[in-house]
Amino acid sequence: MNNLLTISGSPHIHTTDSVRKIMYSVIFAMIPAMLVSVYFFGLDAVRIIGVSVVACVAVEYLIQKYLLKGDVTINDGSAVITGVLLAFNVPANLPTWIIIIGAIFAIAIAKMAFGGLGKNPFNPALVGRVFLLISFPAQMTTWPIPKPLFAKSVTDALTGATPLGLLKDGHLANKTIDQIMSDPAMPDYIQQLVGFQTGSLGEMSAIALLIGAAYMFYKKVITWHIPVSYLLTALLFAAIFWLIDPTYYADPLFHLITGGMILGVFYMATDMVTSPMSAKGQIIFGIGCGLLTMIIRFWGSYPEGVSFAILIMNAFTPLINKSFKPKRFGV
Amino acid sequence: MSAQAFGARGTGSFPRGIHPAQAKHHSAAAALEVLPPPARVEIPLLQHLGAPATAAVKPRDPVAWGTVLGVASGFVSASVHSPLGGKVVRLGVTTLPNGRHVPTVAVAAEGEQVAGQALWEALYGGPWPTAGLDELTPEAIGAVVREAGLVGQGGAAFPTHVKLTPNPAKPVDTVLVNGCECEPFLTADDRLMREAPAPIVAGALLAARAAGARQVVIGVEDNKPEAVAALRAAAEGTGVVVQSVRTKYPQGGERQLVLSVVGRIVPTGGLPLDVGVVVVNVGTAAAIAAAVLRGRPLTHRVVAVTGPGVVRPANLLVPIGVSYREVLDFCGGLRPEAVRVLSGGPMMGLAVGDLATPVTKGTSGITVLTAREVRKAAETACVRCGRCGEACPLGLVPTRLALASRHRDWALARRYHIQACIECGCCAYVCPAAIPLTQLIRMGKAMLPKE
Repeated sequence: MNNLLTISGSPHIHTTDSVRKIMYSVIFAMIPAMLVSVYFFGLDAVRIIGVSVVACVAVEYLIQKYLLKGDVTINDGSAVITGVLLAFNVPANLPTWIIIIGAIFAIAIAKMAFGGLGKNPFNPALVGRVFLLISFPAQMTTWPIPKPLFAKSVTDALTGATPLGLLKDGHLANKTIDQIMSDPAMPDYIQQLVGFQTGSLGEMSAIALLIGAAYMFYKKVITWHIPVSYLLTALLFAAIFWLIDPTYYADPLFHLITGGMILGVFYMATDMVTSPMSAKGQIIFGIGCGLLTMIIRFWGSYPEGVSFAILIMNAFTPLINKSFKPKRFGV
Repeated sequence: MSAQAFGARGTGSFPRGIHPAQAKHHSAAAALEVLPPPARVEIPLLQHLGAPATAAVKPRDPVAWGTVLGVASGFVSASVHSPLGGKVVRLGVTTLPNGRHVPTVAVAAEGEQVAGQALWEALYGGPWPTAGLDELTPEAIGAVVREAGLVGQGGAAFPTHVKLTPNPAKPVDTVLVNGCECEPFLTADDRLMREAPAPIVAGALLAARAAGARQVVIGVEDNKPEAVAALRAAAEGTGVVVQSVRTKYPQGGERQLVLSVVGRIVPTGGLPLDVGVVVVNVGTAAAIAAAVLRGRPLTHRVVAVTGPGVVRPANLLVPIGVSYREVLDFCGGLRPEAVRVLSGGPMMGLAVGDLATPVTKGTSGITVLTAREVRKAAETACVRCGRCGEACPLGLVPTRLALASRHRDWALARRYHIQACIECGCCAYVCPAAIPLTQLIRMGKAMLPKE
């Protein structure tokens, strides 16, 4: 018995889960949506996702290594997630230099300036996306029509509006909802679910996103609180107004499957760092996101409100964490 | 005397908590064995919470099994007794796993010892009366328990007579016997409940008599069906209720068990006594019976020797004061891959650096882990996943408390109720960023300036 015994404080056993495993589960969950984007946009999708990921990781590496001169933690996968999510939130024909600017802003300003992983108040990918939207509104709202791989296409590089864009333009032109929905450019619900619609890279196919979300639930990377409260609130809000005036408002299902709703609800609102910690707080956060999304979609000047809604609620997260602590035992 | 079940009932569980691998298979099937008497024991005069006992013997004094070696030096203190017949060798000092340097009395065995089956029979065997206990007055029971040096055997080692002494301001209606043994690996209480249920039931009734309680409940986690069956058979007709509760860590925590079984919430900063409950461990209950009904002071206890780092895991009846090394040697010694020896289980146990350390009244087990179990990733940044809060059975926010401790922000620590923490280890166990949350909070509690 000449063992060298080690000493440490209890507990002496630990979960085998790690932040890195959580991050890689998220990356794995985004693979179906990535494949769908490559199917619809071909090399453009590869270019956008590749450039975005490489740029995000490179910026984080350069800052950690040469500016902070500290530990380099690019292996934790968080910069990769930011890269993929940023790519998911831009049109497929975005020039490469713009996506690089977005990546720099997302990592350098929204993440590293606040102290890096775990300390950023806002979702870096969303900050990058909104920065690009405000700085390059023309490029960020020119949507290429998806051209599936192997499909014979008559024209190349055609662009069109997103379903939410068509809705907003229709309202501005004082069209009724039936007129808007019968626009030949408006995809039907099945097409929207599968991905035959115009939009950002990652929001094409609700089905691919839901498959990834199911995987994240299975891996316990996300819990039901934020997605369910977010979706229910948005659906309820949309349903109320649809019932009040079905000639003006689109039906709730339309709002559920168009735009960045599914992507935002499952992949961005659920970001651990920028959402509340307690179950109660997460439900409040989800309700806030749902309300803000629909308010912006209905009455805002942008057709889409998911990014802004989540960013605004990110700002409330510290307050929610403070106000909605778990119920303490013994009071 | 007969107890009766009444009052608010618990749901058999408590909020939050965790489910670590139970790992009971190493030693659960090993029947209790009696450790052969060692040639020498070293008995600490402070094995309990409270004031140390005062040495009552000098070197070369002859002692017998049960001779008082140290006398309790106050109300919250406990006497210690010799587990061997022989001679006092010297008065020394040792370091306990909790880091305290404590005075000791070393006793060398001489002549014939009560050992093996005879020792088992004297402490746990034979019939145990459950009727007619009313003839003993509460004061008499309390006095015997005090003289016998009884302390809680679940780990905290709080002097038992203090719990059993009736307090007119806080009447007790329930004695809750804790047979959860929720720590992974440990099986000592399990084996004791299976093999000696009768003294546990008798001791529980005596505790109820002393404390003035009308209800006696034994709470056992539902991963120990044999223990539940054995206790139910022994409790037949006595009014003692054996309640199976959900297997979840830390079910055996006092606050958690009182809620699970009795359905009452112990207030922050309070004791089970504040809600009319006295909680005693099953080992303590059996010791109460041995002390009151057979006049045996606390000189031996059951210890689980378990884990993948020990050659032959076992459950042993050992004398207090025997060294960890001797106990481990009896179990075939450490495997070459053993890296950590714990006093207790892996969640709350204390790492032992020196195997000459003596077993004390509060040693519930000796768990030996290998590098595989104790491996721990390097700490990374907190991503605010909130898992520590979901795990905390006290409903605290461990990540905030750890942050406050790290930055010595005592106002923040107080605002988030750092003193309510029971250091169960759930938060540090679940943390995916491998932040030593429990350790930081423990440090913060120790450093917190007095108000």
